[in-house]
Amino acid sequence: MTESRYIKAIAQALDEEMARDETVYIIGEDVGASGGAFGGTRGLLDKYGPLRVRDTPISEAAIMGLALGSAVKGLRPVVEIMFADFLPMCMDQIVNQIAKTRYMFGGQFHAPMVIRSPGGGGLNAGPQHSQSLEAWFAHVPGLKVVVPSTPYDAKGLLKSAIRDDDPVLFLENKALYAMKGDVPDGDYVLPIGKADIKRPGNDVTIVSLSRMVHQALAAAKILAERGIEAEVIDLRTVSPLDKETIFASVEKTSRLVVAHEAVKTAGIGAEISALVSEEMIDCLDGPVVRVGAPFAPVPFSLESDYLPGPADVVAAVEKVLAY
Amino acid sequence: MASKALLQEIYYSMLKVRRVEERLLDVFAEGAIPGFIHVSIGQEAVASGVCACLTPRDTIFTTHRGHGHTVAKGIDLKPFMAEIYGRADGSCGGRSGSMHVASKEAGVAGANGIVGAGMPISLGTAFASMFRGDDDVTVCFFGDGATNEGTFHESLNLAALWNLPVVFVCENNGWAQFTAQSTYMKIKQISDRAASYGMPGITVDGTDVLAVHKEADRAVKRARAGKGPTLLECNTQRWFGHYAGDPQKYRAEGEVEKAREIDPIARLETHLLAKKQANQAFFDATDERIRAEIDAAIAFAEGSPKADPSDILMDVYA
Repeated sequence: MTESRYIKAIAQALDEEMARDETVYIIGEDVGASGGAFGGTRGLLDKYGPLRVRDTPISEAAIMGLALGSAVKGLRPVVEIMFADFLPMCMDQIVNQIAKTRYMFGGQFHAPMVIRSPGGGGLNAGPQHSQSLEAWFAHVPGLKVVVPSTPYDAKGLLKSAIRDDDPVLFLENKALYAMKGDVPDGDYVLPIGKADIKRPGNDVTIVSLSRMVHQALAAAKILAERGIEAEVIDLRTVSPLDKETIFASVEKTSRLVVAHEAVKTAGIGAEISALVSEEMIDCLDGPVVRVGAPFAPVPFSLESDYLPGPADVVAAVEKVLAY
Repeated sequence: MASKALLQEIYYSMLKVRRVEERLLDVFAEGAIPGFIHVSIGQEAVASGVCACLTPRDTIFTTHRGHGHTVAKGIDLKPFMAEIYGRADGSCGGRSGSMHVASKEAGVAGANGIVGAGMPISLGTAFASMFRGDDDVTVCFFGDGATNEGTFHESLNLAALWNLPVVFVCENNGWAQFTAQSTYMKIKQISDRAASYGMPGITVDGTDVLAVHKEADRAVKRARAGKGPTLLECNTQRWFGHYAGDPQKYRAEGEVEKAREIDPIARLETHLLAKKQANQAFFDATDERIRAEIDAAIAFAEGSPKADPSDILMDVYA
């Protein structure tokens, strides 16, 4: 076990998987000589050479299509898209091509590939470099969407994503890249589609993801001082959703808050709220309350006012408890 | 110069494409095929001339107007027809239909319903050849309209930069759906664009299968030898409009009739007769053989069950 930063844990996962499987390669803008805009591929060009670490022009659609074509032929590409806000540049390839390859062609072809891309605010990067877009992709059948919140989770989930036979969108979080945490040195994998209980509790369930998990944990600490024990669930994966873990927790607590950094409107919180109301309304002692950003682009100058934080989560829990 | 055997094979391929699509128009008009279809009648020399240069291991990508390329690449007509009928025994289990037919066995990595979307993917199968060090080639077919998509620019630049073993075949029938080339593009010759990517750009008469084959062969050999991509523009004619049933009101009077006077199959027949490389009996026997193959494929498709509704979630994920 070594203390490692989130971004370093990602680089480690890539290194270990490239060493394990020679069909794994990396492709993206500035992933080679520069080691990635955030350092996620640092050192890999020297170690694995230019055939397996491919620097590209700024051509996201070509990068994404190329990865797909090579995956169809049996390679396992790991694509880096520098900011999740750039994913719309290759949206056709992701949504109409990659996600549908297995289904549309009747299982003849499949696309075992990973798209790594960081989202989220907190760096004052402005409206076009700060979005949390996981709900867009969770709406597309055929994609898996992973949203790790810690260095340990990032490494174990990325290794699983690379070994997965379906396309995985691996949404990292820039504001977490410098976060430190314990990471095992050797090989381990974490299951895709399985949530993780980051803090157990009996009074209220808080479902969260990515950086918002840490805001939820901070909120749980404040609540604990008032004698309220919140259970914090880290989704880890937003597609497929781990309904089982969410439902089991709500059965125990009867109260649910869903907190994410993305805009509240039509976010993952809406999906979870609908699922719980459809399938376990009798268990609930109050409404499902969502925490999310206002329905506005991420403002450069007002970012800290815009992003939801622990106080918003606490307020949401109070609302549920007051019911 | 193509041999007699090769030219006879190309003749078979072109006539097969023609007869398959004529039959598709008939059964579509009878209501046997759901959705809609786009035929390439008049453009057969491109599909057959290019695919004659490829091996079964090579891969092609095609478009919404893709029956011709797929048939010329050698797909088994039975699962092909069953796919267009939307039946369980279709090459894609009835999931794709006319616009998305694919066959792993035949090296057809997919027709595509999104204009310009095949080009980026074709880079990847070509890159896989480079990665593995084999000499397989990828051919990407697209129309003139697709060359105004950003994917054309991104893909040709990257293919040239990395010397990828891919041939970009622009089937220029002069029409982007209902819009004429002269109204959406300043230049006349699309292959001129190749120069800006640092790759050869060639324009050929796409109704002359000998010319198409000659230039395609050069481009495929170049790609196979690791010398990089080519943009091959084949000027051709779309006889039947954008979709089956398109009244083509946007075309000038007499234009379609004039286009039909240049029949690529008749051109090849004239050549074969002049060179004494085939006679009328060969043409008739080939036609008969093809019609029998198509009859069998239609019977297979009609006899195949509809896909099972309980399989609707199958193959969304592994």
